[in-house]
Amino acid sequence: MSSEFVVTTTPDLTAELAGDALDLRPRGSWVAANAATLEGLCNNVVPQLDRSDAIKMNMAEVHELDTLGAWLLEKISRRVTAAGHRADVLGIAENYAGLIEEVRQVNRRTAVAIPARNPLLAKVSDIGRSTIGASEDLSAFLQMLGSLCLAIVGVLRRPKSLRLTSLTYQLYRVGWQAIPIVVLITFLIGAIIAQQGIFHFRKFGADSYVVDMVGILVLRELGVLIVAIMVAGRSGSAYTAELGSMKMREEIDALSTMGLDPVEVLMLPRIVALICALPILSFIGSMAALYGGCLVAWFYGGMGPAIFIARLHDAISVTHFEVGIIKAPFMALVIGIIACSEGLRVKGSAESLGQHTTTSVVKSIFLVIVLDGFFAVFFASIGM
Amino acid sequence: MRETKGPFAIRVRDLVVGFGPHVVIDHLALDVRRGEIIGLVGASGGGKSVLMRTIIGLIPQRSGEIEVMGSAIGPEHDRTARGAAGRWGILFQQGALFSSLTARQNVQFPLRENLVLSDALMDEIATAKLEMVGLKAEDGDKFPSELSGGMTKRVALARALALDPAIVFLDEPTSGLDPIAAGDFDALIETLHRTLGLTVFMVTHDLASLNTVCDRVAALADGKIVAIGPMRELLQFEHPWVRAYFHGKRSQMLQHKAS
Repeated sequence: MSSEFVVTTTPDLTAELAGDALDLRPRGSWVAANAATLEGLCNNVVPQLDRSDAIKMNMAEVHELDTLGAWLLEKISRRVTAAGHRADVLGIAENYAGLIEEVRQVNRRTAVAIPARNPLLAKVSDIGRSTIGASEDLSAFLQMLGSLCLAIVGVLRRPKSLRLTSLTYQLYRVGWQAIPIVVLITFLIGAIIAQQGIFHFRKFGADSYVVDMVGILVLRELGVLIVAIMVAGRSGSAYTAELGSMKMREEIDALSTMGLDPVEVLMLPRIVALICALPILSFIGSMAALYGGCLVAWFYGGMGPAIFIARLHDAISVTHFEVGIIKAPFMALVIGIIACSEGLRVKGSAESLGQHTTTSVVKSIFLVIVLDGFFAVFFASIGM
Repeated sequence: MRETKGPFAIRVRDLVVGFGPHVVIDHLALDVRRGEIIGLVGASGGGKSVLMRTIIGLIPQRSGEIEVMGSAIGPEHDRTARGAAGRWGILFQQGALFSSLTARQNVQFPLRENLVLSDALMDEIATAKLEMVGLKAEDGDKFPSELSGGMTKRVALARALALDPAIVFLDEPTSGLDPIAAGDFDALIETLHRTLGLTVFMVTHDLASLNTVCDRVAALADGKIVAIGPMRELLQFEHPWVRAYFHGKRSQMLQHKAS
């Protein structure tokens, strides 16, 4: 391939019995571009190779040779020598001598076969591994919570060490920039609930109760839950990906070597921003949902805004609003901690980054819903 | 890939490359002969990598002609076209190994995408390539994040050589390696150059590699090739930047040690 005027020609391999030795004559271009043909040619002569006592390979007519071609020819002579027969290779062009010599050295050691695992045993060991993994998850969560508390104590002791710029920027990203999408989604949810309520309540003439349903459902449960799930998908995943790629590029290690605590520098502003933003977003979201419900009640149910607001006044109290909004910071804390701890567990590969981002979102949505359940039980038992 | 003619592997004429108002490569001309190892030197940020990336079609040129192995590279050239992979191999500065594939799968990747081969043969070829660049067969099962810097470069070189290209581009192949590993890498490039008849286009700052393996050295300054020739000719050259580069304190120290 180094010579200047080479033309690719069809490769060929002929095998003829000459005396007691098999005369092999490879011809043409033995290069990667003809790989499929070459592999076929080599497989075709295998039965003849196994029958003959010696081979003579004449390479004078090989126009072009690269590693792949050289390896295929080398494999033929190895097969013969491994069977204890003689293999002579003649007519090697000078410019390919080095390549052939190089290929003779490779693949000398047979690969150690990895013994197949017992499938039943493998299943059991997988279950064991994931059980241990779950307890590790819990300890990672608690560890992150602990180091976050330590960082908060540190900041309280030296208020100047709070990263105000970073906190403001994160608030802007997870709070301000999230408003349009949060408003849109909660507006639609409120509208859909109102429409369904009116449609079904009308059958027994209770359409005015749709206001109670929308008000209580949105303020107590749905407003905060929908917003928390959206924030987990929107900001939690971003946190995991950011911290994960910083981990991959050793930026987090660089921070620690400069005597800075990554939890204080990176995670605290992010988690505090989430804790501040989520109640505000929940409030805005709840308002948008009520607005959506009001519009549907007006245009679909024929209930004017004045009546809607008056009924809403009777139906809900501040308690309903409190029940909803108290949950928001705790959900933010869970989302933030899961997102950050998953980010720190990213290993070197791009695949691992994707996997941990997925895990982060799935886990935080799951935990947000579980937390919501616990809160429901708690508020019911204290009569709120 | 092989139907090419003429004595030059790369021909660059009147090349201009820039970003916004900033012109990085300014009417540059460069010929690389077939089968030679050429080293490209230049100031950091002076456009060496830009020149290399323009030649392989990753950065569009503003004007000028580029020919690699007889086929033109330009805006109309489709670098994803089949066959492009077989024409050249590229060793990126950080290796650019696919992080979710093992070393062996990384080497197999171009083979799998471009050729019709049985899995067994593909494994053998990949192992052969890994051994040719001085790695062990077991190293093939490691993931890129488990490889050291030197091993990463070797795997990346094996991947660049997977389809036996006629020309390889190396972007700072010895940077970040200890002198012994760098020396080994130089020797490896020389061996592969000899056995496979490669044309090697190497961007490097390593004066030792320039001295030992490069047939010719091209110096890039102010967006142009200001000097090109064998190392000993470049040492005589009068261009102020070239003098500063090869006769600076660090270079002098190296040459004193060498002589």
